[in-house]
Amino acid sequence: MIEIKNVTKVFSTAEGQVTALRDVSLSIPDGDVYGIIGMSGAGKSTLVRCINMLERPTSGAVVIDGVDMGALSERELRIKRREITMIFQGFNLLMQRNCLENVCFPLKLSGLAGERKWQRQRAMELLDTVGLADKARAYPAQLSGGQQQRVAIARALATDPKVLLCDEATSALDPTTTASILELIRSINERTGITAVLITHQMRVVESVCRHVAILDGGVVAETGAVSEVFAHPKSEAAKRLVFPDGDAVSATQVPDEHVIRVVFNGSLASSTPLIAHMAVEKGIEANISYASTRTIEGREYGSMLLGIRQGEAVFREAIAYLNSQTDVSAEEVLPNA
Amino acid sequence: MLEQVFAQEVLQEAWDIIRTQFPLAIWETVYVTILSTAFAIVLGLPLGVILVVGEKGGVRPLPAGLMRTLNVIVNLLRSVPFLILMVLVFPLTRLLVGTVVGTVASIVPLVIAAFPFIARLAEGSLREVNPNTIEMAQSLGASPFQIIIRVMLPESVPSLISNATIAITTILGYSAMSGIIGGGGLGKIAMNYGYYRYKYLIMVAAVVLLILLVQLFQTLGTRFAVKSDKRLKNK
Repeated sequence: MIEIKNVTKVFSTAEGQVTALRDVSLSIPDGDVYGIIGMSGAGKSTLVRCINMLERPTSGAVVIDGVDMGALSERELRIKRREITMIFQGFNLLMQRNCLENVCFPLKLSGLAGERKWQRQRAMELLDTVGLADKARAYPAQLSGGQQQRVAIARALATDPKVLLCDEATSALDPTTTASILELIRSINERTGITAVLITHQMRVVESVCRHVAILDGGVVAETGAVSEVFAHPKSEAAKRLVFPDGDAVSATQVPDEHVIRVVFNGSLASSTPLIAHMAVEKGIEANISYASTRTIEGREYGSMLLGIRQGEAVFREAIAYLNSQTDVSAEEVLPNA
Repeated sequence: MLEQVFAQEVLQEAWDIIRTQFPLAIWETVYVTILSTAFAIVLGLPLGVILVVGEKGGVRPLPAGLMRTLNVIVNLLRSVPFLILMVLVFPLTRLLVGTVVGTVASIVPLVIAAFPFIARLAEGSLREVNPNTIEMAQSLGASPFQIIIRVMLPESVPSLISNATIAITTILGYSAMSGIIGGGGLGKIAMNYGYYRYKYLIMVAAVVLLILLVQLFQTLGTRFAVKSDKRLKNK
């Protein structure tokens, strides 16, 4: 269990004081895959660095399994960090060391596993886990970005950590490689029960692997909850911006005398009736689909759609009532320039 | 003039001197250079490490006063011309070697002149290490000492070798200058025959050999630096 309690971080810069985090409180359960999402500058990288005390919070506390990280001595903190390892956007491998030596690196640091042969064997197992056993002797410069991140993951797992912090770990990778790295993190989480904390600005990272999500906006937690819940009913402005990235573009293109409805799919079965077609056939309501973004997560639909109705106020009210009568679907009016 | 320089007996005399004196002179130059560089690295490399890790925001910040003092010392030693420095360190040379003249004695001022230079070169190499790599090591629980030994130094090896090559060729040049205070080697021969006795051929031969030595060290150094760098793919 990672408890972040009222963490505030203020940086002193030449231009004055900058508050990166303001009174942030989160709790991340053991074994979870937890996403922390926000635009750049939202403070998410600072927040993840406060978890392992690479950045000391200005005030507040980070408590991991009952241990107050801020109260540890430098030496105790170094030992604790073996349980909370990290992977990075830039992979950060040792460029003058081959893959095997990179994976051995944390074992050498720990000094516990003194025996070189044992270290190498453990490193080979880990490289095998991430699918790179054949690259043990290769140097990082000879690998692709995705392969480098796999080596970094193997390295992060070497000390058998309880928590894996991922700081924009897939942001430098293409979509296919991103998916394979996320799949690897998910499978490691399922197999070992490691708690994974994913810092990202990409919605698809959160929707594809995370169970819970915190939305960070301007150094403040805007919203937290289960991923499906936040996707279906984004409450905060920051969450709406992330879930409906094109939401604001609608009002500009709105036709006069058109009523706009936002339909939210809140986990309705993907295989259920074709909603818009039925509305047209049963009620004679002609809906103009001006925007749609839905995703299927575990066989259920999540997302939203914007419908334009030009048949007047009464029909528009009827459409909202019809849509709201469907299971796991909700509808609301979108006011112009809202 | 040219006829004088290339006259039969002049050539013969020059050849005799080259034959009898140059092998020892080359040997003296090489060992003074290598020994001085080695001592200077022993002093300069740790100093360079301290200059990087000890500053504010470094891996192991040291008191600001100490850092300022170290920087001033390095700058002071680097700004004294080598000719003056050789004379200035006479007391130290006498203390360490027992005499102020001779080949061994010339190592002392060479080391004193070279180690602050090497400290600055090492400082430059170590600053090239990606700060993200250092942060990675910290996130895995590395101590400041482990970061120096296992990250900063190994990661900057190619750059350190390049800079060591610059250092060794510079020290070779200084060692030639130490011929003035009785240091041995090619510098002494160039001074004694060329400058004091107007034997230009001998001087030219000594200078050519110094150039060849610089070329040799530089070529070897560059080759090692490139060979050691694992960031280069096509090898």
